[in-house]
Amino acid sequence: MISFSQVYKRYPGGYEALRNISLNIGAGEMVFITGHSGAGKSTLLKLLTAIERPTSGSVVVNGQNVGALRPRAIPFLRRNFGLVFQDHKLLFDRTVFDNVLLPLNIRGFRRGEAARRVRAALDKVGLLDKEKARPVTLSGGEQQRLCIARAIVHRPAILLADEPTANLDAAYAGELGSLFQSFNQVGVTVVIATHDENLAARLRPRVITLRQGGLMTTPEEAAAT
Amino acid sequence: MRIWLSQHARTLGMTLGKFFRSPVASLFNIGVIGVALALPAGFYVGLVNLQSLSQGLAAAPQLSLFLALDASRADIAQIEGRLKQHAQVHKFKYVPREQALADMKAGSGLGDVMSGLAQNPLPDAFVVDARDSTAQSLEKLREEINNWPKVAHVQLDAAWAKRLEAVLKLGQLAVLMLTTLLAFALVAITFNTIRLQILTRREEIEVAKLIGATDAFIRRPFLYFGALQGLAGGFAAWALIWAGIYLLNNGLADLSQLYGTTFQLHHLNPADSLGLLLFSAVLGWFGAWMSVGRHLSDADRR
Ligand SMILES: Nc1ncnc2c1ncn2[C@@H]1O[C@H](COP(=O)(O)OP(=O)(O)O)[C@@H](O)[C@H]1O
Ligand SMILES: [Mg+2]
Repeated sequence: MISFSQVYKRYPGGYEALRNISLNIGAGEMVFITGHSGAGKSTLLKLLTAIERPTSGSVVVNGQNVGALRPRAIPFLRRNFGLVFQDHKLLFDRTVFDNVLLPLNIRGFRRGEAARRVRAALDKVGLLDKEKARPVTLSGGEQQRLCIARAIVHRPAILLADEPTANLDAAYAGELGSLFQSFNQVGVTVVIATHDENLAARLRPRVITLRQGGLMTTPEEAAAT
Repeated sequence: MRIWLSQHARTLGMTLGKFFRSPVASLFNIGVIGVALALPAGFYVGLVNLQSLSQGLAAAPQLSLFLALDASRADIAQIEGRLKQHAQVHKFKYVPREQALADMKAGSGLGDVMSGLAQNPLPDAFVVDARDSTAQSLEKLREEINNWPKVAHVQLDAAWAKRLEAVLKLGQLAVLMLTTLLAFALVAITFNTIRLQILTRREEIEVAKLIGATDAFIRRPFLYFGALQGLAGGFAAWALIWAGIYLLNNGLADLSQLYGTTFQLHHLNPADSLGLLLFSAVLGWFGAWMSVGRHLSDADRR
């Protein structure tokens, strides 16, 4: 479903954020990308959604070479994903309901069907009673769950989350973890960039560790070879 | 197709909502556009009225035919016959050279000088009223008669009609120039309004793009807004002109009573009204299109 082969990413300043990354993620997997701050986790996710392009190597999603897509095709690539951004990117001048509605509007859903799906997504993350609220009035954890509702409302095949538990206390982080697990259990491929070790310990996902832009083989993989 | 239609309907609804959410700013913009369009359109209405007025006034244009000095009685009779049969000639009058001389002596104060002349220097003449008053057909008639035998010279007495026509042409050119200038103003106003809207909605645009919105989806509401604002401005211009003519006509009614004539200004006809609305909507759309194109590519580069 997702494959990187010999991917390098050098930012305009000359900094090499990723070097020689080759990996495969299959449909239905739950994968954590871990590593120190600045290791290149966010960059890896951005390559998947064509927010950034690889300097060399290829990134393939559903058989499409992401780095070679024409600009007109990029919106349609992005519709495969549900995105939870590190900086939330919520619209603070819209209600909770309208924030979650946005992905459906983009895809041209009709009003009734869209409203039904928005409520289902809000219900899933436990925010149904806040649909008319503004995002500012929500707590940090609630805002994070709103992001998740927006990411899953269109039922994407792949869910990408960048540091979803940053700034949340452990109990809250645990709840989010089970939420991600429940999506994975219904067949959604889940890729989470995080350095939250508690979360990894609880969910027991496959872990890909980055260090200074390079892949670090996990002990299990090292043992297997 | 139904999805497409419902998306457009929804965008239209949201755009209208945007107008009503900031009514003062919207009305201000629409007012400015309305005034900008009312100027050339009002000028145009004035021209149209002047044109129909001039057609009424120029109903009795005259040609003067001067015959050659050696024209005989038979020549004169022949020309008279031709004039009688000519379809373009409404009526005519014969002015014999003796009468012309007498008139001149009486009218010009040159009587003494004239008396000193051994011969009458004036030719025989006809004064002709044409049926069709347009400058073109008068000119044609003049040329035709000029070629008849023993006709020395044909004078068109409707020079003023030509002049009026020239002035009207100049007026049309002025309307065209004014329209171009103010069309530019309309485009600029829309460009700026949309620029501000894009600035205030930058986050929304960014998020929408990140989660799979096409450029068309992002453009659509702005284009709708531009076109609707233009349309509303066009309607305001139309209303301004209508009110202006209505008030002028009230004033004219009093005047007409004094002079015992009836004269009323015409309103914009339906075709011109529709043209005005379409023109303003298209310009608004165009301004929005330029603004969106410009500022979305800016946003991409960031
Ligand atoms: N747009 C950018 N321009 C230049 N350097 C960048 C940019 N984005 C990230 N970097 C650099 O690339 C490295 C990896 O960043 P990132 O992928 O965000 O790491 P992580 O998410 O693991 O903390 C960092 O050193 C960061 O400073
Ligand atoms: Mg990061």
